[in-house]
Amino acid sequence: MLSDYIAKDKKSTRDGFGAGLLEVGQKNDKVVGLCADLIGSLKMNAFMDAFPERFFQMGIAEANMMGVAAGLATSGQIPYTGTFANFSTGRVFDQIRQSIAYSHKNVKICASHAGVTLGEDGATHQIMEDVGMMKMLPGMAVINPCDYNQTKAATIAIAEYDGPVYLRFGRPGWPVFMPEGEFSIGKAVHMNEGKDVSIIATGHLMWYAVEAANVLESEGISVDLINIHTIKPLDATAILASAARTGCVVTAEEHQILGGLGGSVAQLLAANNPCPIEFVGMDDSFGESGKPDQLLAKYNMDTATILAKARAVMAKK
Amino acid sequence: MSSIKDLELVACQVRRDIIRQVHYASSGHPGGSLGCADLFTALYFKVMEHDTSFQMDGKGEDMFFLSNGHISPVFYSVLARSGYFPVEELATFRKLDSRLQGHPATHEGLPGVRIASGSLGQGLSVACGVAQAKKLNKDEKSIFCLMGDGELQEGQIWEAVMYAAHNKLDNLIGIVDWNGRQIDGDNDDVLSLGDLKGKWKTFGWTVTEVDGNNMEALVTALLDAKSNTGNGVPQVILMRTEMGHPIDFMVGSHKWHGVAPNVEQTENALAQLEETMGDYPYPA
Repeated sequence: MLSDYIAKDKKSTRDGFGAGLLEVGQKNDKVVGLCADLIGSLKMNAFMDAFPERFFQMGIAEANMMGVAAGLATSGQIPYTGTFANFSTGRVFDQIRQSIAYSHKNVKICASHAGVTLGEDGATHQIMEDVGMMKMLPGMAVINPCDYNQTKAATIAIAEYDGPVYLRFGRPGWPVFMPEGEFSIGKAVHMNEGKDVSIIATGHLMWYAVEAANVLESEGISVDLINIHTIKPLDATAILASAARTGCVVTAEEHQILGGLGGSVAQLLAANNPCPIEFVGMDDSFGESGKPDQLLAKYNMDTATILAKARAVMAKK
Repeated sequence: MSSIKDLELVACQVRRDIIRQVHYASSGHPGGSLGCADLFTALYFKVMEHDTSFQMDGKGEDMFFLSNGHISPVFYSVLARSGYFPVEELATFRKLDSRLQGHPATHEGLPGVRIASGSLGQGLSVACGVAQAKKLNKDEKSIFCLMGDGELQEGQIWEAVMYAAHNKLDNLIGIVDWNGRQIDGDNDDVLSLGDLKGKWKTFGWTVTEVDGNNMEALVTALLDAKSNTGNGVPQVILMRTEMGHPIDFMVGSHKWHGVAPNVEQTENALAQLEETMGDYPYPA
């Protein structure tokens, strides 16, 4: 139920990754960490200190990092690569495509500082196209958890998944509202059952979706709220069931609308249950410097926009 | 153990296989494949300790990585001739539903191939990862990685070169097919490699040079490199080869980098290569 999801604290999703990496390193001695000169930013210090022989400093050489990870995976290790999302995808797309995805290597590409919530560093670093690039690769799982707890649990869970994974998380302190230790790859979390409108969100915007759902419910509008941490493989069953309950859908993500979660949901619905849909995300634009909340507001990826789109989509039914 | 003469006979058949694969597929890369036939034969029939029952992780084995994947015909021939898969399968090269893709891939499960290659510059990084894993797993066997000379124009190679030296990957033996040619012409005309020996040295590698079309010299250089592992320094062998060797109408030019010989050219080339192990059949 919606009332179960209350922000208790603010912690970054990258801190969740760091904590998860340490824990999965303790559980599984095949896990190795690689980082391209961003150990502090990726919160990989704890893993590095605990397992120095299983940690590899790669320097500012991301292409090589992806290849080395593929080699380590060939030999049976489970490599977790760490750098910013921009340098985890766009910079090394061909290396990932050939040496990891096509070669089906068990590499976990762990990408921090995704989206505009990276903030002041500006658009050079604010990648908003990474999910699109990664979800197009055959066999690549794409996971974008929404808070500290979900990111930590995802980091631990992906070690048990045989195949390449893109794990996307972010920089800022963010509300922690999900329960600890729960994560099932490819299985959406049905956070609230409703009949008037479906809100399907991923990543940081999941919290804004919770806020929007609370406002709508207070007005007597019944919201079906779906937490999609795994964008690929997409939980088609959960999404189609939600759309069947409500007859209209809003998607929300900190990513380009073109190529993100919204596109995947729209394709699924178009083929199976066409219904009105609205998209919250970056509308074919680059970001800029600013505070995370300022940027999310300016580029229409905030609670107010989710509310507006929810009202608009219901009117189309 | 195979004598030099035995190895030369194998290499001769491998060269026939290369010509016949590329001709039958009407596409492929004969030039670099022919130039490297001696190297592949030396590695798989003499130098490497490897298991043709094939385990992906290569635990306890010497391992080879092909970075310049376009010379797949020589790789496939040697894998088949050394027992990884039936030689008859060479007839499927570049055909629909084949495990022998235009460029090597793991996707179809061809035994002997551990990474896809073709997009250049990536193999040495993968070999570094395997070398790192062997150290982690206390496996003292060696890793060989072949690169093209033109491929060294890719920046990623030099990331890997720096990484291997910094991390003392002394179980790693790089090999450069230094034939001086690439698709558009000579290296020196396209983008000069400069002082190649000096470059590898300055990056912290031990460098040797060898005539890659002299089996005896090649085997000696590879065995020397293997015995020099464990010294804290990665090694590279700059291997001088002749693209198209020894086919008289192919040598001396970059033109046979990626062109298939026609019927007449194929007959001419095969007439210059003794059938030493029996040709595989073309399907009826």
